[in-house]
This record gives sequence, structure tokens and C-alpha cells, in this order.
Amino acid sequence: MKTIKNILLLAFIGITFVACSSDDDVPEQINEEETITTMTITLVPAGGGTSIILQSQDLDGDGPNTPNKTVSGNLTANTTYSGSVVFLNETESPAEDITEEVEEEDEEHQVLYVASGNITSVSYDDADGNGNPVGLEFTIVTGDAGNASLSATLRHEPKKPNDGTLEDAGGETDFTEIFSLTVE
Amino acid sequence: MFCIAFIASVSFIGYSQECNNVLSGQVIDYHNKSPLDSAYILILENQLETSTNSEGKFRIPNLCSGSYTLEVSHPECSTVLMSVQVNGDKEIDIKLEHHLEELEEVKVVGNIIRDKTNSAQEETLNLNTLENYSAGNLGDALKELGGVSSLNTGANIVKPAIHGLNGSRVLVLNDGVRMQDMEWGAEHAPTLDINSAGSVSVIKGASALQYGGDAIGGVIVAEQANIPKRDSIYGKTMLSGVTNGRGGNVVSELTKSYESGWFVKGQGSYKRMGDHEAPDYVLSNTGVQEIAASLQLGKHNFIWGWDARYSYFNTEIAILRASHIGNVDDLIRSINSGEPGIIRPFTYDLQNPRQEVTHHLGKLKFYRRFEGLGKWNVQYDFQSNRRFEYDIRRGERDNTPSIDLELTTHTLSTDFKWDTKDDLNILVGLMGRYQDNFANPDTGVRRLIPDYEKIDFGSFLIGEYRVNNQFLLDAGVRYDYNKIDALKFYRTSRWEERGYDEEFQDLVVEDLGTQLLVNPILDFHNISATIGGKYLSFDGMQLKLNYAVAQRAPNPSELFSDGLHHSAARIELGDLRIESETSHKITTTLEKDFSTWGVLLEPYANWVQNFIVLEPTGVEFTVRGSFPVWEYRQTNARLLGVDFSAYSNWTDNWTTNHKFSFVKGQDTATNTPLINVPAANLRNSVSFSKPKWNGFEATLESQYVFRQNETPDNITVFSPQQQEDVVLEINTPPDAYHLLAFRSKMEFPISNKTKLTTSLSINNLLNTSYRDYLNRQRLFADDLGRNITLQLKLNY
Repeated sequence: MKTIKNILLLAFIGITFVACSSDDDVPEQINEEETITTMTITLVPAGGGTSIILQSQDLDGDGPNTPNKTVSGNLTANTTYSGSVVFLNETESPAEDITEEVEEEDEEHQVLYVASGNITSVSYDDADGNGNPVGLEFTIVTGDAGNASLSATLRHEPKKPNDGTLEDAGGETDFTEIFSLTVE
Repeated sequence: MFCIAFIASVSFIGYSQECNNVLSGQVIDYHNKSPLDSAYILILENQLETSTNSEGKFRIPNLCSGSYTLEVSHPECSTVLMSVQVNGDKEIDIKLEHHLEELEEVKVVGNIIRDKTNSAQEETLNLNTLENYSAGNLGDALKELGGVSSLNTGANIVKPAIHGLNGSRVLVLNDGVRMQDMEWGAEHAPTLDINSAGSVSVIKGASALQYGGDAIGGVIVAEQANIPKRDSIYGKTMLSGVTNGRGGNVVSELTKSYESGWFVKGQGSYKRMGDHEAPDYVLSNTGVQEIAASLQLGKHNFIWGWDARYSYFNTEIAILRASHIGNVDDLIRSINSGEPGIIRPFTYDLQNPRQEVTHHLGKLKFYRRFEGLGKWNVQYDFQSNRRFEYDIRRGERDNTPSIDLELTTHTLSTDFKWDTKDDLNILVGLMGRYQDNFANPDTGVRRLIPDYEKIDFGSFLIGEYRVNNQFLLDAGVRYDYNKIDALKFYRTSRWEERGYDEEFQDLVVEDLGTQLLVNPILDFHNISATIGGKYLSFDGMQLKLNYAVAQRAPNPSELFSDGLHHSAARIELGDLRIESETSHKITTTLEKDFSTWGVLLEPYANWVQNFIVLEPTGVEFTVRGSFPVWEYRQTNARLLGVDFSAYSNWTDNWTTNHKFSFVKGQDTATNTPLINVPAANLRNSVSFSKPKWNGFEATLESQYVFRQNETPDNITVFSPQQQEDVVLEINTPPDAYHLLAFRSKMEFPISNKTKLTTSLSINNLLNTSYRDYLNRQRLFADDLGRNITLQLKLNY
């Protein structure tokens, strides 16, 4: 019956271990590093004048609140704007500049711009190591007065090179927003 | 049947040469002390013989004093020898054991498996069938059984489903240990190596209360082959090569057993495959690597015994690259294109997204038999389940898992079986379990499943009553208590959106601004019960009827889920208010064997109150675009189904098998079909066997899977890209498909104890392109193309 004793002893140790391992450690809070909360597009008119700021901000990330969209003003007709974009994670303090990560991994990223209405052209002003556009710097040209829209989509691991459409680029969307604009 | 005689120690005082001694006594059953008639007793020394009367008594007169060897046999038993000293008249009781259990005479291959229940629907896969799936996985093998389907994520993650239900509703028992391997996730397969089991039984309902009270779908019981009690050493090595995946596996095991009851068994397996292929393209990033090993040792005697087992399982599974998507527009693009978005050349590399799961299982079991009472078991088991899921991430984070969970479980259980009465068996048991889940914060991603501690307590009573030789009744009742103590961070915005701030604000431990630390403590009291009967008619017909009521407490996913699933492009939300679900299931089995053919008909009905479903309820907008929101909700459900099978032996060589399974699932509150209910499935096979040709066997099988016409409606979502509402065809079922498979086998004896078995099997013989409704990757890619498997097995 020695075996029985041994087994009971082991079972007992098991229970004791269970009883001791119970603890009330408070888990560590996680602030997501990869979250992008804010995209800010700055459009600077070529001949000087007021820059236009387009911003989309969602401070709860994947949470239930919808992104908040702002446009600082109207575009001027028949004008060339040089654009730049900045991505921030504002859940951290100070806010983390995600644009730097995109620059570091520029071959795996692209910001794709799709314009409609009275924006006549969009072109890319930067390139990754393979000579393909990244989209952090770009140019748009407005046409006559009227309505326009501009969408900006940050894609991770898109097909490169692509024809500039979202369908062709593929990959995963890290950030997307469409802005309704007025050209006057 | 194998019987053992136990002899009361006989003492003798003097010595005499007289030859008028009488040896008399009784042969009785060890368990219930009932007399055994027609037992045959032979004295080897003088060849005197007699047999017992209806009271089990015998009498041998005119014996000289001295020592004798008795050979005692019984029509149901193999012969046993015992020695006896005779000095004057003597009376002895001879106890024979005629139960099949630890000492069951076992053939190493094709062992007999006892039914786990009396009246429930139950089916078993034997070792031969399991070996056919050596390079596959458990879920694939189980689909050989009627009413068993699976929810797949690609070819490597196969979650078994019984009568249309899967996940936490299906219990998996691995050598008597209930697996605690995060079965709550749709892409979490059982962490069990198919090569480690000697047999796998499926109980299609909650009637096997000894395993748990919450098996609303059913129970899968993987068991070890019995080890014979004799001096022996034997083993096998199996090598499989597969074309689809360009890999294979190797399995080896060795058992050493002793007459004294000692045994030790070691087993190991390794599997490696690269990308799988659909008929038209490579399924990029679908490779797999699996390592498993186990060591078992112990001592089994009739009166008492113990065994210890440790098993290790590690799997690394790459997940189809094209199934990882960003938002609802990406999903629409994937569905519409009809072809995976990313197709790369074949590789063995396992890239992100991928998962790596490690499972350790340790078990210690002891049993003791009490004469005239029954058998007592006590078992302690330990399990550790570690899961890493690697996502496609930005920055230098590809080697940091997005999910890192560690689930540790300790269980202590004991049961006692009274088997002293011929007509009544009673089994009672108790179970206590402690579980701890740790979600590692180093992931840098908010936890999908929070840290929690869980305590389970269970107790059951099961009785089996034999009314007469044709009619058996059984009944059982079980009580379970579960307590979950979790610590979870909620986004403040989510906490308020759920309305928890009004109902559960007292659970908040700490307010961190944008996040809240919450401590929900949830208790569940559940009762399960079953009653049934089995009737055997003289002409070989068997009729079974069983009713089971089962309650299942919600799992951590159903309670706490809160986040975005990239592979499904959806936000999944659990609910703290979810209560236990209750199932009422009635099953019947009608089986009849004629001289050359037989049929089996198994209809069933399952009504589930407070059925927990995950279904789309709306859309949320984030900076990544819009995502459908899937919420856990409780409703009432009804599952009606039937499994049919038949066989016919046309000649000595030709056999055909026919199987049909059908199930209909309905949400009775909304009168809409349930999601993920398997489509009707028809399998027909024709087999030719010729034992003279080195055991030649060949089978051609046709499988026709119907289209699942009853699915929930598709949902309408706003597409930011198209700037309009679009229908997301997430519930549209794929078309019906037909697959052919071929399998053949031959055996070559090498020496007396060594045998080589070769087999060749071809799945999807015609390289048909198809998609299956229950494969979560059906939205992105076709299913597997042709696969040829060559297997060599050496038994020694």
C-alpha cells in the first residue's frame, strides 16, 4: 500500500500547489503601440496663401466611437497644392509619430490618394528604395470651382508598383478617410 | 474473456496419508459473490474432474492428502491454475473475475472498445482508421463518423463538430483528462496528436455525465490502447509522405510490459509540411510543423494499480496569407475576386500570420478494487496550454506575438463504481478544478481574453439497471459549479456603449482615463441529467432511446471578447450578462444486422434555450474603415437531424458502405437559420479485400456535400471606398461538391513478430476545385487539391 500513500501524497501536493498559486496580481495595462488615432493632411498652395488642413481623429482606436473629421477651409480653384501627411498615435503621451515607422518601412507601405470632382490630378512626390511612390509627399491640382472629394488610404504590404487604385494595390488598410471639399 | 482466480490463503496443520479427503467449495464471482455454474474443475495430478452445479458448488471425494494443482475454467473464461494443499476434508471458495477491464486480453491492433454509455448514440474509430489519418489530424479522422463534421480554418485547424455544434459544446477527453486548450476560439483546434490515441469514441450528446455536464454537442474520448499483462516488448514505426504540402510525418512507439503488471510506453511523432495547394494555385502560407511525444508508465493489477502519463504537443501553423485583411472593403475585394489576393511560389517557411501552441499534460491515476463492493479511481491531472498568435505588424514587431495566452489547469477527480449486483451498476464521482489564464501584456496589443481565475466543482451519480437480458435502463444526474474571477481592461467608450456603466459600475476597480480596470466575478450553477434505455431483440435488432438535459456556462470568449479580428474583418463583442445555456436532446438509435447487410438509423432533436450565438448586428467605423460588429447574443435554437448508415457484403471480397448525415438548425426566436450548420453529406464506398493477397484491401469512396441552402441573411454595410451601402456576402454558401478518394493497403510479414504494412491513398482524386461552407477560409481561397499519401508501417 506504499504506492497508495505515495499517490495520495502527490495528489495532496497538487492541491496545495493549486491553493498557493492563487494570487491577485493586478494585470498590467496595455496601450496599443500600433494604433493610429490621427491623420493630418496639410495642403500648401504653390503661390502662397492659406494652407488647408484635413484631419481625421479617433481617440478610442478600434473602440465604438466614430472618427472625427475636420476640414479647415475651402480650396482655391485652378491651384497646385503640395501635400504632406502625418500619422499620430495620440493614445500615448506625448503622441507617437507613426509617420516615422512608415518612412522606415516605406517599401511595405503606401498612402494612396483618390480624388474626384474638381480636383483634376494627384501625383506622388516621394519614392521608396525601389523607386515606387510612398505617398507621404504629394501634389494635387484643383480645377474650376465646384465640389470635390479626396480620399487617403494607408495600406500595409500593398502590391508595389500598382496602378494607383485601391483595388490593384491590395494589402491591408491601416487608415482610411474620405474628405468632402469645396473648390471656390 | 480473461478471468483470474483469487484464492483465500489456505493453512494446513498436519499431514496424513489417508485418501478419503473431500475437497469441496464454491466458484463465485469476485464482484458480486454470485455463484458461477458450469465451472469446470480439473486436478492435474490425478486427472479427477468435476463441474459446479447451479449454486456454483462442487465436490471432489477420495483425495489423498497432499498438494494439488487445480485448473478452473468457465465457459466465458480462459483457464486459470491454482494450487491447493489438502489435509483432511477441505472447503474453498474460488473467486472468478469476469469483467472486461484493466486486465482485458487485448490485441495490440484492433482492440475491443467498451461503450461509454448504454443508451446514447456512440461510435468509435479504431486504430486502423486512426492510422490512415496519421499525417492529418483528429478532426479529419472523426468525419468518418456519422453526424460529425468540422469547422475549419484552412486544412490545419480542424475543430470537430458533433450534430452541428462545436467549440465549448464539444468536450475532448484525452486518456481520461478533459482537455483545457482554449476551445472557445473558432481558430483553436484540439491540441491532441491523433497518433497518441489507441481509439477515439464519439458520444453524440451529453449523456456521458462522468466526463462533464456541459457537452451540449457531445464528447470525444481518445483512449490509450490497453497494455497486456505479460512479458513482452513491441512497437511500431510509421512513415507517411504526402504530395499536397510536400511533406509527411513519422511516428514511433515502443511498449514494454511485464507479467507482474508493470509497463512503460513511449511514443513520439513529428510532422512537417509546406504550403498546401488548391487545384489552381498555391495556398500561400499554409504550412505546418507538429511535434508530439508521450511517456506512460505504471503497474496494473486486478486489485489495484496506478499509472502516470506525460504528454507534450507543439504545433506551429501558418495561416493563409490572403485571409489576413484590413477592413470591410478589403473583405469585399477578397470575396468578389474569387481568388486569393496573394499567391506566392511554394515554400516550407511558416510566416505571419501564424500560431504556435504548446500543450503539456501530466496525469497520475490510481485505482483499487474492493471485494464485493466495486472499484475506486482517483486522478490528478495538470495541463498547461500556451498560445502565441503572430500577426502581420508594423515596425519591428513581426516576432512579437499579438496574442500570448497561458492557461494552466489542475484537476483532482475521484469516482467509485459499485458493480456488485448483476443487474445494477452505480457510478458516483467528484471533481475539483482550478484554472488560471494569464494574458501576457508584452504583446503590445489589448487583450482579447482577460486574465482570469476559474474554479469548477462537479459531482455526478449514474446508474445502469439491467431489467432482463434484453432490456437495459440507465439514468444519471450531475451538478456543476463554475466561478470565474476576471480582471479586464475595458475601453471607457466600450464600457459605456455596452451600457455596463449603468449595470456593472460597482465592478470597476480603477479608472485609468481612457480605460477601466474591471473585476467581474461570475457564478454559475448547472444541473444536467440523462435517462435512457436499450433494447436488444433476439433477432439482432438494437433500439436505443436517450434523453439528456445539459447546461453549459458561458466561456471566457462569450463573456469577455472585445476586439477586432483581422482574419474575419469583424469586431467581436462578448457580453457580461450572458447566462448558461440549457439543452434538451433526444436521440434514438435503430440498428439491425442481417446475415449479409445491416442498417443504422439515428435521428435526433436538440432544443437549446438561451443558445449563445455570435452574429452580425451592425457596423462600427474606425480609422481603418468600417467593420461589421458581431455580438454574442442568447436565443432559442432547435437542431433536428438524422444520421443513416448501411453496409452490404455482396460477396466474400466485395463490400459497400453508405452514409448520409443531415441536420437542420433554426433560431426559433427569430425563425431564421443558424449559422455554421453543416450541409447534408452523402458518402458511398465500395471495397475489395482479398486476405490471401497479402491482406490486400482497396476502397473507392465518393463524397457528395450538398449546398447549405439554409444560412442567415447577408448583411449590408457601408463601404467607405464605394461611398454606398453594399451587401457583404459573408453568409452566401458555396456550391455543392463531389470528391472521390481511393485507398489501398497490403501487408508483408517479415518475420514471426515483424510486419510491414504499406498503404496508398489519394484524396480529391479528380483534383476538383471546391469550397466548403464550414471552412472559414472559403471567402478567400479554394480548398485542397489532389493529395497522394504513401504510408509504410512496421509493427515489431
